[in-house]
Amino acid sequence: MAYLDHAATTPMLPEAVQAMTAQLALAGNASSLHAAGRRARRTVEEARESLAASLGARPSEVVFTAGGTEADNLAVKGLYWARRAADPARTRVLASPVEHHAVLDAVDWLATHEGATVEYLPVDSHGRVHPDALREAIARNPDDVALATVMWANNEIGTVMPVGELAAVAAEFDVPLHADAVQAVGQLDVDFAASGLAAMTVSGHKIGGPYGIGALLLGRQYAPVPLLHGGGQERHVRSGTLDVPAIAAFAVAGVLAAERREDFAREVGALRDALVEGVRTAVPDAVLGGDPNPAGRLPANAHFSFPGCEGDSLLLLLDAQGIECSTGSACTAGVAQPSHVVLATGTDRDLARGTLRFSLGHTSTRADVDALLGAIGPVVERARSAGLS
Amino acid sequence: MTDFPGAPDLTAPRKGLRVLAAMSGGVDSAVAAARAAEAGHDVTGVHLALSANPQSFRTGARGCCTIEDSRDARRAADVIGIPFYCWDLAERFREDVVDDFVAEYEAGRTPNPCLRCNEKIKFAALLDKALALGFDAVCTGHYATVVVNEDGTREMHRASDMAKDQSYVLGVLDEKQLAHAMFPLGDTITTKDEIRAEAERRGLAVAKKPDSHDICFIADGDTQGFLAKRLGKAEGDIVDESGHKLGTHEGAYGFTIGQRKGLRIGHPAPDGKPRYVLDISPVNNTVTVGPVESLDVSALTAIKPRWCGAAPQGPGTYTAQLRAHGGETAVTAELVDGELRVSFAEPVRGVAPGQAIVLYDGTRVVGSATIAATERAGAEAAR
Repeated sequence: MAYLDHAATTPMLPEAVQAMTAQLALAGNASSLHAAGRRARRTVEEARESLAASLGARPSEVVFTAGGTEADNLAVKGLYWARRAADPARTRVLASPVEHHAVLDAVDWLATHEGATVEYLPVDSHGRVHPDALREAIARNPDDVALATVMWANNEIGTVMPVGELAAVAAEFDVPLHADAVQAVGQLDVDFAASGLAAMTVSGHKIGGPYGIGALLLGRQYAPVPLLHGGGQERHVRSGTLDVPAIAAFAVAGVLAAERREDFAREVGALRDALVEGVRTAVPDAVLGGDPNPAGRLPANAHFSFPGCEGDSLLLLLDAQGIECSTGSACTAGVAQPSHVVLATGTDRDLARGTLRFSLGHTSTRADVDALLGAIGPVVERARSAGLS
Repeated sequence: MTDFPGAPDLTAPRKGLRVLAAMSGGVDSAVAAARAAEAGHDVTGVHLALSANPQSFRTGARGCCTIEDSRDARRAADVIGIPFYCWDLAERFREDVVDDFVAEYEAGRTPNPCLRCNEKIKFAALLDKALALGFDAVCTGHYATVVVNEDGTREMHRASDMAKDQSYVLGVLDEKQLAHAMFPLGDTITTKDEIRAEAERRGLAVAKKPDSHDICFIADGDTQGFLAKRLGKAEGDIVDESGHKLGTHEGAYGFTIGQRKGLRIGHPAPDGKPRYVLDISPVNNTVTVGPVESLDVSALTAIKPRWCGAAPQGPGTYTAQLRAHGGETAVTAELVDGELRVSFAEPVRGVAPGQAIVLYDGTRVVGSATIAATERAGAEAAR
């Protein structure tokens, strides 16, 4: 088996499993006042502090959610509602067109149901938003912008956005900028305070933590309207009993991701470079998606389009040989559609049908890459003979 | 059809083949895939997405191609323990099946979209892709039997259980297509209850799922409504056999030869007997009605013949089936200038151009053709 889909989810770190299982057997609601509750609360707050430290944030800026999707929705919808409530003129939402669906669909929902005007920021052929593009969009009418949202690094093609510069532009106009940093944590130097972002999404299961836990890092001056109403946990922004075992394990994974980041990025980057070079040798007409400069992309990401091939066919043929990857595209009824990210970079529709994303992680080895490199040539040849149906 | 180079010798005992199982999300195709896997084949499940805008949920017992069906197919594949994928064939399906269906009705004919789907989608688009990707065969949940002769040639026969037989809708397959077709349900005598019991035994959740029927792309079963939406209203005359106007209709496509109900002619026939649709003429948008005797057809001409093996030489006697759940009737048939000329031993009723005629020699499928014109018993050719 060669698992090359770590961007979808990566195995939990043993340390995180240990932290989680240690908590699972213990009772205690972190909101209860008795001893068991106080123990649970202490676990949560220690996790919050260590996670905050690993991300360059203050503990009070960490709002735990049930994952990246919820954090994205809370940021986009919650900030929109709050900003519009403060000034009804603020209904314009600026977003990159290469966002994850958790952001794109939330933004789209605001347009359909909440009177938002959505404006997609232009991206270059690597899928990158330039600070000037954001400046131009805001400056056209700074008073009607509710928020802007641009991901830290793209989940499909791995392109890294100039988040700090974008945040500086947004800050000039007092516009809150949210970034989905789900793919960036553990691979890039993610420092919330230094970034200047208003809000930032992180997720547990992409960094060796458990599924079903994430967080929105949220500047203390922001009070988004909650998606969930209830017990008033998490600054009254996110009600719901705190998931102590998941939070404890998430924090362990977050701390380790930060500690190991530089070594990991270097090692996985070298592996990725070998993968890219090998695929190009085996399939000379394969087109690398995203930024060809390694500094401009996630070190664990490789993305290719294979002309004349259906991504589905490639996936099936690799899967049959125990090589697991992704077409990196959204699914409707399980059917792959050309990826909005790949299309946004100006790739033509036919080429966009033949994309594969290979993403590496903490368990990746040279043998995984070699398995792919041994298979990809014949697989592409065979998929090509099946053509584009 | 592509003949993929290096395709294995299918005359060898069918073990250990790479099989692509088309899984609709229903019980038959799930059990078929399970049986193929159990027989030792390397099976991969695939659900064909045939609708560009699939509905989330099934409505009643109808239809397929919903997201729920694709999920049911996936669940079944997981339980069987085979890889599973969804393939988008919506565009091909629309072009080759749905648009064709509408065009045929518009031309006054009565098509069978299931036959068309087997011919153009399952055993063409899907099979071609499967072969190109290195699969040896496509497996479906149809009830029909494939017999391999000693010389390696293949024959398709009716299913062992005549009541379940679906060889009629597979009658369009030629020998090449048949060489790569696998019907694991065909050679067992099983009632639907037994197939459901087998699904249950295998832990397949679709065991209790209602049967799909009617036309999969018309979810509400309202064929007339579907056609009306596509073709619009086109008012025309309803006339008797002598051309005398009896009433009007809102679109000739809304009628099928042999139809009795829904003619909405205000006054009864002079002899008081019920009237039936005898002919549909799209050229002048006229529907001709008349007494039941006038439906009797003694002969027909059918075009686009497809043979399941060698084309027959000279006239021969066969049994013929004219619709999916129809009975058999004795015929003499001969291939003349590429057209099939068929005469019936006894007149038959309700034969409409556009329908497929499938010829059998005993239980063996000989071939099929599309009915182009019928000859009334003791009358001139209808068209």
